[in-house]
Formats: sequence, C-alpha cells, structure tokens
Amino acid sequence: MENAFGQPQTVVVLAGSSDIARAITKKLCAARAQTVVLAGRNQELLDEARNEALTNGASRVDTVIFDARDPSNAERTVNESFEMAGEVVDLVVLAVGVLGDQERFENDATLAAEMATVNFTWPVAALARVRSLLVTQGSGRIVVISSVAAVRVRRAKYLYGGTKAGLDRLCIGLADSLEGTGVTLQIVRPGHVRSKMTSGMKDPPFATGVDDVANDVVKGLADRRAVIWSPPILRYVFFALRHLPAPLWRRVTDEADR
Amino acid sequence: MSSVLLSGWGRTMPSVATLRTVSSEEEIAAAIAASHAIIARGLGRSYGDPAQVSGGTVLCSQMSDVGPIDEDGVLQVGAGASLDQLLAECIPQGWFLPVTPGTRQVTIGGAIAADVHGKNHHVDGSFARHVLAMRVVTPTGVATISPDEDGELFWATMGGLGLTGVVASITLKLLKIDTDQVVVDTQRFANLDEVMSEMTEGDADYRYSVAWVDCMTRGANLGRAVLTRGDHARASDVDSVSLRAPTAARLKVPFDAPSGLLNPWTIRAFNEAWFRSSPRHQVAKLESFSSFFHPLDGVGDWNRLYGRRGFVQYQFCVPEGSGDTVRRAIEHLASSGLASFLAVLKRFGPSSPGPLSFPMPGWTLALDLPVGPATLPQVLDDLDELVLSADGRVYLAKDARLSPEKIRAMYPRLDEFREVKNRVDPEHKLTSDLARRLELVGA
Repeated sequence: MENAFGQPQTVVVLAGSSDIARAITKKLCAARAQTVVLAGRNQELLDEARNEALTNGASRVDTVIFDARDPSNAERTVNESFEMAGEVVDLVVLAVGVLGDQERFENDATLAAEMATVNFTWPVAALARVRSLLVTQGSGRIVVISSVAAVRVRRAKYLYGGTKAGLDRLCIGLADSLEGTGVTLQIVRPGHVRSKMTSGMKDPPFATGVDDVANDVVKGLADRRAVIWSPPILRYVFFALRHLPAPLWRRVTDEADR
Repeated sequence: MSSVLLSGWGRTMPSVATLRTVSSEEEIAAAIAASHAIIARGLGRSYGDPAQVSGGTVLCSQMSDVGPIDEDGVLQVGAGASLDQLLAECIPQGWFLPVTPGTRQVTIGGAIAADVHGKNHHVDGSFARHVLAMRVVTPTGVATISPDEDGELFWATMGGLGLTGVVASITLKLLKIDTDQVVVDTQRFANLDEVMSEMTEGDADYRYSVAWVDCMTRGANLGRAVLTRGDHARASDVDSVSLRAPTAARLKVPFDAPSGLLNPWTIRAFNEAWFRSSPRHQVAKLESFSSFFHPLDGVGDWNRLYGRRGFVQYQFCVPEGSGDTVRRAIEHLASSGLASFLAVLKRFGPSSPGPLSFPMPGWTLALDLPVGPATLPQVLDDLDELVLSADGRVYLAKDARLSPEKIRAMYPRLDEFREVKNRVDPEHKLTSDLARRLELVGA
C-alpha cells in the first residue's frame, strides 16, 4: 500500500525502460517501492532498468515485453503486469510514447497512423484496463507522462504534440471520472527533457533533466496535484504561451525548434 | 451495504471498501464469513490507515449498549459505543473512564485496537489494564476472553489493530470520582531540559500529567514547554459538587482549509501566542473534564484545517534513560524548519503485556505535521532511525508512513502476535491497508 506521502510499495511501469520512467522508478525504490514490474519492448533495456531498480532498493523486479504498435496486446500486458505485482498495485506509471521524425512521418499515412497508435491508442487501451483493475481494487494511482507539447501544439512537432494532446485531454476526463473510487490519475507535463529520445537536439528554454522530472513527480505524488509540471515554472510559462496570437506563437516556437 | 471512500483522521491514503453495519455477534460472524478482507472501524480517529481495507469490507458496529454499573464500578459495554457516550452515562453516576485519550470521539473497539493511553499512563497504564474481559468474534469462532481465559488472544487483541477479531463487547472497570472537575497545576518552562527534569521528579505526585512542547524554537529555548498536571477534584476541593456529562463541540470547521494554511509561519506564530498566553506558574486551578482531557473536541472536524493534503502524526516512545533521544528528535525537527504544531510530551509507566502494545516505561512524544514539504518523508525516516537506536518504537495507531523492516525491529514480539493471529484467523481474512502496508500479517 502507498503511504501518506504517496510513496508506493508496488509499482507497474508501462514503458519501464524509457529514461524518464527509469529515473522515476529509481526514486520510488529509494523510498518505499519493493515490488516493481517493468513493461517495455526491449528486453536488454528492461534488464538494465531492472538492475538499476534492484540497486536502488527494490526487492523484486519483473519484466514484461510488449509492442505499443499493436493495441490488441494492451490488455494482456496490463493483466500480466498486475499478476506479477501481486495483491495490490499502488501506482501505475504510463510512459509510453515516441517523439517520431515528423519530416519523414507527416506525409506517410502508415507512419503517421503508427505514431498515433503508440502515443494515443495503445495508452488509451491500457488505461481502460488499468482503470478497471484499480477501481475493483478500491485504491491506487495512475501517473501519465504527457508533455507541455500537448498544451499548445506547434507546427514542427504537431504529430507528437497532437497525439500527446489527445492523451492529455482524455486523461483530464478520466481523472474526473475516478472521483470517489479511491483511484486517482495525475498528469505529468515535462518541458524539453534531455534523454535518449531527444539526443542530438539543442536545448530550448526551460530544458530539464530526467532526474529533475523524477523529483517533481515524487513531490507531485505527495501533493496530489492533478497536473505535475516539470519544471514547475512551466505552469505559468504555458499559461502565457497558450494565449499568444498564432503568428507570434509560430515565431516563438520556430525559434525554439530551430 | 454501500461502497465508501475512507481515510483516517489525517485524511491521507483514501481507499474504497464496502461498508457493512452489524448489531449482533451473529451478524459479525456472518460478515466475516462472507468477506475475503475485512476490518472493523469505529469513529475513524486513528490517523493513518488501520481502519480501512481497500477492496474489502469495513464493519461498523451498532453494538453500543452501556450496561448498568455495579458498586465496584464494573460494567459491560458494546464495542461500538463511543467514549463520549460512555462518559455521558457514567459521570452523572460518579464514575469516570480509567483511561481517556486526547479525544472522547473514539469507540470502545477502537480504544482496544490501539490500546490507547492517556495523561495518566505513568500511574494507571494503558486501556488494556482496566479491561476485565471481552467478547470477540474471530473467523474461527466467538469467545469470551480475559487475562485468564485465552490470555494469549486477549493480549494480542489489546493493541492488535483489529487483526485478531472483531470485539463485540467488553467488561470494563471504571474509576470512582467525586466531582466533574480537575484540579490543575500549570507551569511554563523555557526549554526542554527544564521541563523534562521537572517531569522526572514530580510526575509521580499527579495522576495526570502532560507537557505541550514547541518544536519550532531553536537554541536556548529549544523545546520550551507548558506542563499541566492535575487530579480529580474531591468534594472538599469545590464549592458545590457537580457531575455533568461533557457537551458536544460548539465550533466546527465547515470546509477544507487551503493546504498551505498551516505553514511554518502561521504555526510559529500560533506556538508563540500560545506560549506567551500560558501562565508562568499557576496552582490548583479548577478545570472542567472537557477542557483538561479533550481540548480538541471543542472544535469539530479540526483535521480539515490541514487542507486537502492532510497531515501525519508521528508518535514515538523511548525507554527510561533515553531522554536525550527526545531532545535530538526535537533538534532535528527544529533545524529542518518543518512546520509542527505543539507536540505532546509525556512519561509512560509500565508496558501492557500485549505484543503490539505501544507504551514502554520512559518518554513519548507526539508530533502533528502537515503533508507537503518535500523534506518531510526523509526527516521522519531519520527520526525512525533515531528512535530505533534507542530501542524505542513508533505508535501504529497513528502511523501513516513506516516501513515493514522498521516495524519488525520496533515490535520484536511481532512473531508472537502472528502466531495468535494464525491460530484464530488462518486465512488472514482480518486485514487492513495498514496491515498490508506494514506486512503485519505476513508478506
């Protein structure tokens, strides 16, 4: 069971080998997390993440393989993960998503659809199953890694931003639907995070590291905030950016994306 | 039966369970038989998660009959009765609870599950010492138990957090009183060392003693405190004898305050005002029961002042001779800059034989801390280490954040408790969110 500070003992991480997920898992294991299930697509990377969790204090870490390009496996993946986790799952972290190569994807129907599947359809299918299992359990938390890119979609990354926006908005409604069930959902909106997903890109303003995001998530769990911004100042930055006139918005973001 | 979202008094860790009310031993037995995970709940005054079970059944007992009081002050009372209700019956007849915690809004069942203590622990011990017998429904049957009849189960149930069975009713021995007043001496101390030395020397002369300590001052005034001690007023101490039951709370907190209302600045200001307004030294003042024993019961739902995030209470005890641990704990807290409401410092007398009973002869300190500061989890983990290094322990009825490993070290008789538990509840039906979190009934 989680404690008063939102520190879980049992955690399921979907896309457990992503850099952000690994940083979060590390922090949770250093606190109270003992049993961890990491689901991902690459066994080698999952094993690395597994060792990291064990070194940081977990006593049992299992792994599950899945491919987010096929939503039909979402239910099986969630079921397997919960079975491995045991009686009660305190926290599910959903970190599934790809940044994609927009220039290559935007004129390719198959690749564009695949991106929507990975960033939106698979997570939606998984969340449906997670929701059902946790509501029956009567407690538990869901943390969904969204992005500030979802707050206002910019032209250079509209496939990523748009698919994340869909997930982000859906999760706001999903969180509301959970009121009174003992289950909560929190959305994490990091800014530009230096990770393997963004390697080779230059840092825009307010860029952050995976460990900083993990710290903000851990603090957000204790605070029970509906939306966790990382760094927290982006809450205000994006409040302003959301209301910029379109031409100005394009100029500002083109500058950042150059 | 209905689904309800429940949390403890600290309003952290909510979970949903099915609520089932019962009004007889047969109904308790039927509810246990029908559930895979079940725990009894009284008035929800424990701070953390011992009276809730995610996805299971929470049992609320309507068995609240208060029987007649015999000439020795012995009575039978249903476990669903509140101490408030019991006091209303017994004060007018010249009897008082042998032990009362800081609130009378707890049930008899809750008082047993936590083996509660009061300001008189150094003289009268915990609640368990005054219970002559009880009727308990376990998954394997109904039994009357006492120190002589299945003493093992009796003591495991005292402080057993409801995990050995559901208490239906108890036989309790009350304390004779002449009046509904308390004669109180109040004294202010500039720092912790002064108040602790006065308590060590003088507490034995009083039935009731407690010190309120400011844990936010540092340096020479570290742990400044107000010590209040007293005893029941005899007929000769008062002008006219009255025996009136306590009245209900007049004030209520109608909504959740913003989470940041109780922060280091507001609490520091409160502690300062409180210290300055306390008398330097006042002798033999007459006070009512309510203001002396249950000051917080004057305000209903005061936990809402801590806002949406809630708060945790951290209460530990350390053995006699470990007064320095109390000092180091307050130092650590004060230097961390965390907001902490007036802490309660008290001396404990002899332990009760219960394997999970909390008190041990020595000192206890209880702290109220709002959830929120990022450093709080670590500071409390540090305090756990400090307490453990002095062979002390943390109170489970208030816990909301301990870890299973620490429990095993703090409660070395846990295995003894588990043996009894396994005997009466082999399928581990009686469980709670706290029991799962701390792996009390096995991993």
